Amino acid sequence: MSKYYLFHDQKKCIGCQACVVACKSRQNLPKGPFPSLLITIGPQWVGTRPQMAFAFMPCFQCENPWCVAACPTGAMQRRPEDGIIIVDPNVCVGCKTCMSACPWGSPQWNPETGKVVKCDSCYDRLEQGLQPACVTVCPTACLYFGTPDEIPEVRRERYARAMIHDGEQEN
Amino acid sequence: MEKDINSLCFMCSVRCPIQVHVKAGQAVSIIGNPHVPGIEGSLCPKGAAGLSLLSDTQRVQTPMIREGERGAGKWRNASWDEAMEYIAQRLKSVISAHGGRSVAWGERTQLSTHISKTFMRAIDSPNHFTHDALCKGSLNTACRSLTGYTDPQIGIDYANTRHLVLYGRNMFEAMEVKPVRQFSRAMENGARLTYIDPRATITASKAHRYWMIRPGTDLALNYALMHIIIKENLYDAAYVKKWVTGFDALAAFVEPYTPEWAAAETGISAREMVEFAEEVSRQKPKVVFHFGYRCANHENEIYLRRSILMLNALMGSIEAPGGMFIKKGPGEVGAKPARKLTDQELPKCADIRFDKVGTPDFPLPDPAHGVAQMLPEAILKEDPYPIKALMAYRFDPLMSIADTARTRKALDKLDLIVTIDINYSDIAWYSDVILPESTYLERMDSPQQANGLKPQMFLRQQAVGPRYDTRPGPEIIKMLAHRMGLSQYFPYETVEDLVRWQLEPTGFTVSDFAEKGFVAYTDKAIWWDRDTGIKFKTPSGRIEFVSALLEDAGYPSFPAYQAPNAPKQPDMFRLIVGRCAQHTHISTQNNLYLNELVSENPLWISKKSAEKLGIYHNQPIVVSSDRYEGEMHAKVTEFIRPECVFMLHGFGHQVPFAGRSYNKGQSDAAFMENITDAVGGSPAFHETFVRVRPLR
Repeated sequence: MSKYYLFHDQKKCIGCQACVVACKSRQNLPKGPFPSLLITIGPQWVGTRPQMAFAFMPCFQCENPWCVAACPTGAMQRRPEDGIIIVDPNVCVGCKTCMSACPWGSPQWNPETGKVVKCDSCYDRLEQGLQPACVTVCPTACLYFGTPDEIPEVRRERYARAMIHDGEQEN
Repeated sequence: MEKDINSLCFMCSVRCPIQVHVKAGQAVSIIGNPHVPGIEGSLCPKGAAGLSLLSDTQRVQTPMIREGERGAGKWRNASWDEAMEYIAQRLKSVISAHGGRSVAWGERTQLSTHISKTFMRAIDSPNHFTHDALCKGSLNTACRSLTGYTDPQIGIDYANTRHLVLYGRNMFEAMEVKPVRQFSRAMENGARLTYIDPRATITASKAHRYWMIRPGTDLALNYALMHIIIKENLYDAAYVKKWVTGFDALAAFVEPYTPEWAAAETGISAREMVEFAEEVSRQKPKVVFHFGYRCANHENEIYLRRSILMLNALMGSIEAPGGMFIKKGPGEVGAKPARKLTDQELPKCADIRFDKVGTPDFPLPDPAHGVAQMLPEAILKEDPYPIKALMAYRFDPLMSIADTARTRKALDKLDLIVTIDINYSDIAWYSDVILPESTYLERMDSPQQANGLKPQMFLRQQAVGPRYDTRPGPEIIKMLAHRMGLSQYFPYETVEDLVRWQLEPTGFTVSDFAEKGFVAYTDKAIWWDRDTGIKFKTPSGRIEFVSALLEDAGYPSFPAYQAPNAPKQPDMFRLIVGRCAQHTHISTQNNLYLNELVSENPLWISKKSAEKLGIYHNQPIVVSSDRYEGEMHAKVTEFIRPECVFMLHGFGHQVPFAGRSYNKGQSDAAFMENITDAVGGSPAFHETFVRVRPLR
């Protein structure tokens, strides 16, 4: 994996897709490719409450990326310094082999350039000390990006609070 | 060269603070303004799609003059000089034949509204109106009847509330970034959310308590809640004693409205209502019954909105941390707001308004906004007098006023229709002249007076030069005024001149906004003393449950509950409408990125109803009302009450030049009847019934 981890706290996610739009806008992409995608599951009834689940799907930046292995031209590369996988548009010939190879559908087709585009964790933004675009714009702050030790213990803290809160509940 | 420009978004009317990154004269990214607490870089999807508006080749790029029939789509490009001369000549001839009052100007309230109002005053017309009444006219009236303030003058302390109660206020889809962010954080810290809606939205999925209420019965719920709260002494007695008039009258009025009665009406059990009332009472005054956003559903809309505000008063939550607050202006700290062009000595028009607002026929709606949906009948019946010209500024009567066919018929009677817009809106397409406005990224605008707990002022700053032959609104109006011989009321050449003039009394200058995009009048939150210092602006200086505003005009303060109208035929459904996070009203459906996410509006229909009609999910269907029939797709779902069907507002555009949205989905306005809450002023958008059948 890359040295980074992107954590999606789906309890706070509202499925608005600001992340998805900011991602497309950053790469100035046409209609078609979605380097990151937000999938909404549901709603379904859980008792009297309609529940929804959200899955954010950027590139997972695999440790042993099949897209890189499959790429015949060397356009698809793993950055040695941080493990982020990028595609060099000057070398990509648009053969789509990476699109077939990736189990997650991460490499996307750009019909305007005839080449592949993908989530590159906004490495140019990271180099400037910024967060990836999807994380920056998220209105509920449900996306966290950093090295694994920087990711807050949102879920365990929430669980702990819920236990204590339940104990105090009057009803 | 690279720079960050702090500015204001305008993909919707919320105007969230943004920061635009500009590289070599090109805008390369937009984020929320990181200097603004509660924004911290964040945006909604519409705000994130701003660059695709800027670069859109399917927006209006030059002034255009109609050549063929209205709506036929034959245009010639014109220079600004030619377009202005064309409009000025025709306006002058309309005014000389029918008077200044025969010109109407409709717009969505914005930072330039004081400029168009000045133009109308200068031509001696009382007929400036805004889109506001179509959205929330009755809420405005309800707020004034109780507190003396309008709804935009009242804020909500989302960050510190313990319980937020939403009546169809779908805040996580029809979203404002700061409240979403603040309340998400509050929920993380244990705040509760109750959501009431006949349709389960994303907001419903985030709620701790969701009530799938029978459509149109919210007022029954509230009468019962007030009954419980008063009977069980769950209200803030000290606050009520100090700040409320008419409590005893309310107590006597709600006495017969028991929870058992309301259960049969609303479909919510009496036990749940009692549990809820007890819970919010424990959390008071950090409780907010949200008074609503779009509040234009039923003919008794004002009374629903009043009942919501009264629940807040019973909780003592008006002017309480974690509750609501009256927004404080610069005057609170002895400072001055930016001045407006309307502060000048201007001609005073003696005529009544086209919508009769302010006359005994329609006494209560806010004359600052008027009542837009009265326009078609006023034109068609020439009542109170002929209207012959319409200026439509970011406002679309065809898609915003119910009953599009009738509106179009009215427009056909006009001698002149001019649209100022960025997009090829449906009204632009039906105009005689289209004047293209620069996008919010390409222009400066008048300062935004941001009143609140801490009064501030924001400035939209130009990030990039105009990509096409477009102009900022204030310069367009100035050009027209010049041609009409009215330059004296418009003491500026550029928007920057205007802003400088406006800022003079404030002590701030344009350069003060450069660093953060805003200036603060104070850094301390201002709360008035809850025991002695709340300045309600009603005649009594208190919250008027028995309202002088209503009673003096001959309306009751507490009308008896009336059940919602039943459909004329048993096979009809109540049509309800709403928004999604990816689109703004009628204006973003053609945006490249937003269109890709949501490109048409299916009709939500309950599984139960669909099975009866033999309709399956995604099936092409025909939807018909008394006004219109059109084809859509069915979204069959368990998450809507069987009595109603739902569609998103803003689809069904009919402009071929806006190719992505052309003919995609249906426009709710086409199906609807033009019905008005005659007291409050909102239209009743949920009072139309439709039939649904499979497309054969």
